[in-house]
Amino acid sequence: MIYRETGHFVTNYLKDREIFPLKFDKIIVILGLLFLYLYMPTTSEYMLSAHVIPILAVGLATVGLNILTGLTGQLSLGTAGFMCVGAFGTYNLMLRMPENLMSLPVALLLSGIFAGLVGVIFGLPAIRIKGFYLLVSTLAAQYFVWWFFNSYAWFLNYESSGVVAIAPHMYDYWGLGNLLGVDMQGYPARYLLALTICIGLTYFAKNLLRSNTGRNFMSVRDRDIAASVMGISVPRTKLLAFFVSCFYCGIAGGIYSFLYIGNVDLMIYEIDRSFTILFMLIIGGLGSISGSWLGAIFVYEFPILFTWVGDTIFQGAFNTAVVENVSNMVYGVFIIALLIREPGGFAALWATTKQKLRMWPYPH
Amino acid sequence: MAESLLKVNNIEVVYNHVILALRGVTLDVEEGKVVSLLGANGSGKTTTLKACSNLLHAERGAITKGSIEYQNNDISKSDAYNLVKDGVVQVLEGRHCFSHLTVEENILTGSFIRENPKEAKQDLERVYDHFERIRIRKKSLAGFTSGGEQQMIAMGRALMSRPKLILLDEPSMGLAPQLVEEIFAIVKNLNKEGVSFLIAEQNAMVALKYADEGYIIENGRVILKGKAKELLERPDVKEMYLGVGEEGKTSFRDIKYYHRRKPSFT
Amino acid sequence: MDWVYLIEVLVGGLMSGVMYSLVAIGFVLIYKSSGIFNFAQGTMLLFASLTFVKMTENGIDFWTALFIAAGIMVIFGIATERYVIRPLANQDLLALFMATVGLATFQEGFSQFIWDSDVHGLQMSKFLDIGLLDPAPIFVSDHIPWLDILIPKFDIFASLVAGSLIVILAFFFQKTRTGLSLRAVSDDHMAAMAVGIPLQTVWAIVWAVTGIIALIAGLLWAERVSVSFTLIEAVMKALPVILIGGLTSIPGAIVGGLVIGVGEKLGEIYLADVFGGQGIELWFAYFMALIFLVFRPQGMFGEKLIERV
Ligand SMILES: Nc1ncnc2c1ncn2[C@@H]1O[C@H](COP(=O)(O)OP(=O)(O)OP(=O)(O)O)[C@@H](O)[C@H]1O
Ligand SMILES: [Mg+2]
Repeated sequence: MIYRETGHFVTNYLKDREIFPLKFDKIIVILGLLFLYLYMPTTSEYMLSAHVIPILAVGLATVGLNILTGLTGQLSLGTAGFMCVGAFGTYNLMLRMPENLMSLPVALLLSGIFAGLVGVIFGLPAIRIKGFYLLVSTLAAQYFVWWFFNSYAWFLNYESSGVVAIAPHMYDYWGLGNLLGVDMQGYPARYLLALTICIGLTYFAKNLLRSNTGRNFMSVRDRDIAASVMGISVPRTKLLAFFVSCFYCGIAGGIYSFLYIGNVDLMIYEIDRSFTILFMLIIGGLGSISGSWLGAIFVYEFPILFTWVGDTIFQGAFNTAVVENVSNMVYGVFIIALLIREPGGFAALWATTKQKLRMWPYPH
Repeated sequence: MAESLLKVNNIEVVYNHVILALRGVTLDVEEGKVVSLLGANGSGKTTTLKACSNLLHAERGAITKGSIEYQNNDISKSDAYNLVKDGVVQVLEGRHCFSHLTVEENILTGSFIRENPKEAKQDLERVYDHFERIRIRKKSLAGFTSGGEQQMIAMGRALMSRPKLILLDEPSMGLAPQLVEEIFAIVKNLNKEGVSFLIAEQNAMVALKYADEGYIIENGRVILKGKAKELLERPDVKEMYLGVGEEGKTSFRDIKYYHRRKPSFT
Repeated sequence: MDWVYLIEVLVGGLMSGVMYSLVAIGFVLIYKSSGIFNFAQGTMLLFASLTFVKMTENGIDFWTALFIAAGIMVIFGIATERYVIRPLANQDLLALFMATVGLATFQEGFSQFIWDSDVHGLQMSKFLDIGLLDPAPIFVSDHIPWLDILIPKFDIFASLVAGSLIVILAFFFQKTRTGLSLRAVSDDHMAAMAVGIPLQTVWAIVWAVTGIIALIAGLLWAERVSVSFTLIEAVMKALPVILIGGLTSIPGAIVGGLVIGVGEKLGEIYLADVFGGQGIELWFAYFMALIFLVFRPQGMFGEKLIERV
């Protein structure tokens, strides 16, 4: 009812290009931020550790993949590999740099940059190779990175089990914990760090979408020959997209390992995860940043919801295999149905709803 | 008056839900006639033919208004396969031969619509009789044949389905004048055997010479129609489409003459 | 370096290359006829072989099980065309690729849901006594005295199957109406429609044939590895093969398979030490394909893309 354009006048071009053109949108965003920052940390530890933080991590990776695949049209199956670089990068920075020099936020940022550079290396073939042929490059990245960290035990600090737990002191960046008297390893603190990073990067991605760079990305996706005729450097644009995308994925990997599970485990970053994140992207809708978050929430929560239904209604009749299989079937059908009905995914559904709200109660 | 074979009633065609390509085209092909559809680039000739052969949807186009009747049945809801079966086949602009198939294989693909494979042999002979030029090339890959040969392959391929009506899109494209005459002569021969034609052409001179009737289309509208002979005589048509102004003089006022006129019918 | 050993390695590589090619053929069929990159190829293998194995485990005899499994794959292929491909016709190829990813996910869940997620062994020699299926190797030196190498009998069998499959497909493509229609469709959709070739029927046939090929490939792979989730992984390895081969060419798929098979074996022997670790076969094939594609972006036998603004 309140969702209206009336009373909103665009007085200059800058205003017309605002992210949230409607006052109502702004209010919603502010309320959302208040909710996320003030209310969410006070919910249960379980809520944060089992739902919210992992969604933040995989959602950020989905946004990253979106920049590469959704915006720039370069298909990638290497997402988990790039996350892996981020996780191992963060761990090794924290482990090997003097404690007073390195702190978690900085390490995340640096390893994000590092993952971005690795992405650029594996993106180089994209200059010559197009379309499906490029899959081979991102798969090479996925398998090579995994093998690399698996083969050189130095990166895991010679931990023979293949899993290394993160030392508690690594969480206390800048001595903030002592200063404030807060348990920085606790989930609320971890959550706030993850949330801040995710909001910052989402905001950045949204802006990117509307910038010249974003438009270059899209023109490369839509017609790269035409783009090059218009004077856009296609190789540079593609490599930039690889960098930005893998930067996001790297940070997401760091968040996943440090802020969610609390250890660095190679098994997390196998190719299945690349696929999971691809599902999130498709279901959310290619090219839409908010869609990526919706897709991540859906794909992450569905198996949990399904297990819950099984446990409460069918008295635990479903074992993990059944849950996994049924989840896969549902994703599969969901992906196909969405592509047929609404190729834009959740994001497009959301946009139509918004459009309808705007018209309500008088369609047309 | 002969029986009407194909009737297009005031159709409107939209591509991609947004691009309005035809805004009201009405035309009529009578049984046993050759009808030419003339117009400049982008005026909507191809679109009209594709609407008739039900190939529009493959290009994300759709008929949004009007109807198309073939032998008095509405065919706008039919599909290309059934239409070919019923005797309407299109020869696409730019030939579209299957370049990795041999000439003979190309022609044979046209007969798959028919249930009885034995008839294909006879039909093949008939095609070679009409298009002597391609008989000797039947074993070579279609991709390596010349433009004229490809046009003949495409027409021969269409002939294999034993059509009653052939929709021929720009047969003269990129061909030497002599070859164009040859192709149109074959059209005339086929016409004598009872095949009707709807031909989209830019080369108005030839198209009208061999046709019984002509339509001129501009910006998705039919702006002129008439007997081919009469159209050939009209000064405005001569000026615009035949490139011979009266007394060799070009005057823009004359050219605009028919633009300003209302379409002769709607 | 012992050259007899080298030959043995090469032959081993060729044999695993044959296995890759078997999977690659299915990919190529679909890509060629519709431009769709069928990601579900791997799960089709899993589904087919799992269906077959479960039937034989329940006492159905070999040929009946084979027949029923083939029938199920045909039905599945036709259903795929009808409910996935057809509604998405005219969408861009990325969307179609995504749809096959969805299909793969569905099938992965579905096959393990109705059967199970266990690891099954498949021993065809139990059912089929043709002497080529038992695991004992052939001593080539019995026949060619100077060539002292071993070849597993099963590998010879697999090569024979792959060979006959290619001959049958070649015949099908060259000599039958359907084969000709299929080639026509892959050459030019629009022209094929214009002459009245029913695209949808042709696609349904392609998917059905691919289903049967998946069954054959699945059984051979299963005999070598096992019937389980790992089949899907194994099939990921076929990706570099078809990409090297060029996506549109069946000979390309074969040659690509052989190149990767042999290259991988040689890499394992000569390069593993350089990288100070085992397991380089995990990524080696992709790197080979990558280097190859940088020099020839459309693959070995792929049709050159003609791009216009
Ligand atoms: N697939 C398509 N998608 C969008 N617009 C199209 C498509 N095909 C044609 N059009 C538009 O429809 C209009 C008519 O095109 P059409 O091809 O019918 O013209 P034509 O008379 O055949 O021209 P030509 O002489 O160049 O062949 C043009 O403005 C063209 O841009
Ligand atoms: Mg045209």
